[in-house]
Amino acid sequence: MSGFTFPKGGIHPDEHKELSEHLAIEEMAPPDQVVIPLSMHFGAPAKPLVKKKQEVQEGEPIAVVEKALGATIHSSVTGVVKTIESRPHPTMVRCDAIIIDRDPQAAPRIYETEDWRKISREQLLARVKDGGIVGLGGAGFPTHVKLSPPPSAKIDTLILNGAECEPYLTTDHRLMLEYTDQVIEGAKIILKILGIKKCVIGIELNKPDAINALTRALAQDSKKDDFEISAQGMQVKYPQGSEKQLIYSLTKRAVPGGGLPFDVGVIVQNISTTVSVYEACAMNKPLYEKVATFSGRAINRPANLKLKVGTLLQDVVNYLGGTRDLIKIVSGGPMMGFAISALDVPITKTTSGVLFLNSSETDLGEFGPCIHCGWCMQACPMGLAPKEVALYVEADKGHLTTKFGIMDCFECGCCAYVCPAKRPLVQFARLAKIAVKKHG
Amino acid sequence: MWTVSATLTPALLLSIYNFGLRSLILTLISIISCVICEVICQKIMGRKVSVGDGSAVLTGLLMAFVIPPGVPYYLPVIGAFAAIFIAKELMGGIGYNVWNPALVGRAFLQAAFPVAITTAWLPPEQLSKAPITVFLSPSSVDAISTATPLGVLKQFGMSALTQQFGSLDSIYYNFFLGFKPGCIGETSGLLILLGGLFLIFRGIITWHIPVATIGSAAFMAWLIGGPTIGSGNPIVHVLSGGLMLGAFYMCTDYVTSPTLKSAQIVFGAGVGILTVLIRVKGGYPEGVCYAILLMNCLTPALDDWFQPKRFAPPKAAPVAASK
Repeated sequence: MSGFTFPKGGIHPDEHKELSEHLAIEEMAPPDQVVIPLSMHFGAPAKPLVKKKQEVQEGEPIAVVEKALGATIHSSVTGVVKTIESRPHPTMVRCDAIIIDRDPQAAPRIYETEDWRKISREQLLARVKDGGIVGLGGAGFPTHVKLSPPPSAKIDTLILNGAECEPYLTTDHRLMLEYTDQVIEGAKIILKILGIKKCVIGIELNKPDAINALTRALAQDSKKDDFEISAQGMQVKYPQGSEKQLIYSLTKRAVPGGGLPFDVGVIVQNISTTVSVYEACAMNKPLYEKVATFSGRAINRPANLKLKVGTLLQDVVNYLGGTRDLIKIVSGGPMMGFAISALDVPITKTTSGVLFLNSSETDLGEFGPCIHCGWCMQACPMGLAPKEVALYVEADKGHLTTKFGIMDCFECGCCAYVCPAKRPLVQFARLAKIAVKKHG
Repeated sequence: MWTVSATLTPALLLSIYNFGLRSLILTLISIISCVICEVICQKIMGRKVSVGDGSAVLTGLLMAFVIPPGVPYYLPVIGAFAAIFIAKELMGGIGYNVWNPALVGRAFLQAAFPVAITTAWLPPEQLSKAPITVFLSPSSVDAISTATPLGVLKQFGMSALTQQFGSLDSIYYNFFLGFKPGCIGETSGLLILLGGLFLIFRGIITWHIPVATIGSAAFMAWLIGGPTIGSGNPIVHVLSGGLMLGAFYMCTDYVTSPTLKSAQIVFGAGVGILTVLIRVKGGYPEGVCYAILLMNCLTPALDDWFQPKRFAPPKAAPVAASK
């Protein structure tokens, strides 16, 4: 299989996937209490529909966004609303959250599967919206919006992002192995909603089992529906799963800076999102459960867990047997994830994994001055000059960095990874963007 | 930094064989003074002491490599002051210096002690048989000084050089292996080439600057190095003086050379051309040091002129904000 890849930059960090890639997805028992933040992702915060002491059912909408861009939030357990108050949040420090005490007697809700082929396009899209589906790859952009491109856009290809190029994370890998049919059916639903035929599933070649599983399932499936779905292996190189890099690798189309994938006729969906779309459309099950990787050498038992949105990290840590020599907790992958300072934050819709890193996996050393080795410029997949941006920011001239294309930076962290002086180049880039925006 | 220093050790060993213990003592003095000078500067300036990064050691090593083996022992101490205090720490410390510190040290010494730095050459091999007192003498050992091949070439021409070494083949042989008068660490093209190739193999440097430097110098030497246009001997020019050492170890300094490959080729070509111009048309027999320092001045401009090719930039140029 040819190594499809992107043209510039990229790095090969240690994968560390061996910690969890062979572990089947395990359903974690629901916690006694869930904390569901009203803001979990891109878009406006949701407004609660429930009151204190009100009884809620598993899967019942408990908060909605009416006018603005956003997504509906559902209760992940059956129980009673304890209160609605400000709670610690993984990215926003604090955020209003609905706290629900689980009813220990309540049986888990069972969903019937129906044939989505009998459901109209509009209804499918409505189910995606009502299911509160958001992009689970990171930013959490509401999926129903992404699946309603403007009429001017001529979409011809759907890309499913199975690259999972971040080290440690194995969520999408396990989903492709264990939920193979759901991934394919989900892809078909999205194709039907978009009214197109072609779908490419891009997978890094370090997951040959996933490529084989999908290829085999697709071969058996090919006669059933009139879609062209294929699984394509891609070179193992970070950031292969970044949207622009992925689109280029698979279609040789380059999304111009400031543009969106549909400018080149493509829509990209994450593997987890696709499974959620399937569950919302074919099972009418909203998004309140999440598969996430819990890994790193500081957690006693790494695992790929299916757990309720709103489960506190503390409960997950207890479930996995605690930690040892814990230095740093990172939500997401080690390249683009962010550090977490406390365990009382909930798992949200967009949590793709939480890493517990020990002293051998972290480097807390101080950074030094730039020596202009230029490695960051070789590593940058966008062809930017991270070292210059950082020097400008240090000299308080961050607003002048547009000439280095700072607004094209998507903070993949390749530059900081290769920097021999351990300079926090991503943070410098963020400061530069803030300075550019402030300056108009 | 430590790897770079390590790859220079064979050249130092050859130098000890060639010029005797004196070159080892000079090198050690140079390294130790650079390290001490850096510690003192950083303490005074309230910076974090960073001698552990190996950069001061490398500066000291390289500075010793480009001064003649017969100079008095106090010379590298003064050079270290110029290299570390003036060229490095006053500029803002590592990463902010405009010029290669080792070469600033050498240029400073050349300006301050022109006689010692241009005449204290030692003939190879004979010296290793010289009495031990020669090595212990703190002053210049000009009693047995000789001329470098480039000096001979400049003053008396190619025929004199051929006469001195016997034949053209003997010139190539001795120059490539390093048996010739010259600065402490620059004589052996072979050892520097091996060290440089190792650095390229390890990914510490790339081929762009050395190839551009040596290639352009060879071309210029062929073009203007002889009595008529196009009759010069490029091999003699490339293998003599500090060109090989400069191309692989001085020009490739991250801080003072441009970042992008395209800019590096322009930078290297500039060094090569200027070197031969100084050697052939200028007043000094050797020009590598000044050629590199001159091109160091151009590095910020080269970094600005050559920008990386971006992946999928915005289609329309961003509209300039109206004031």
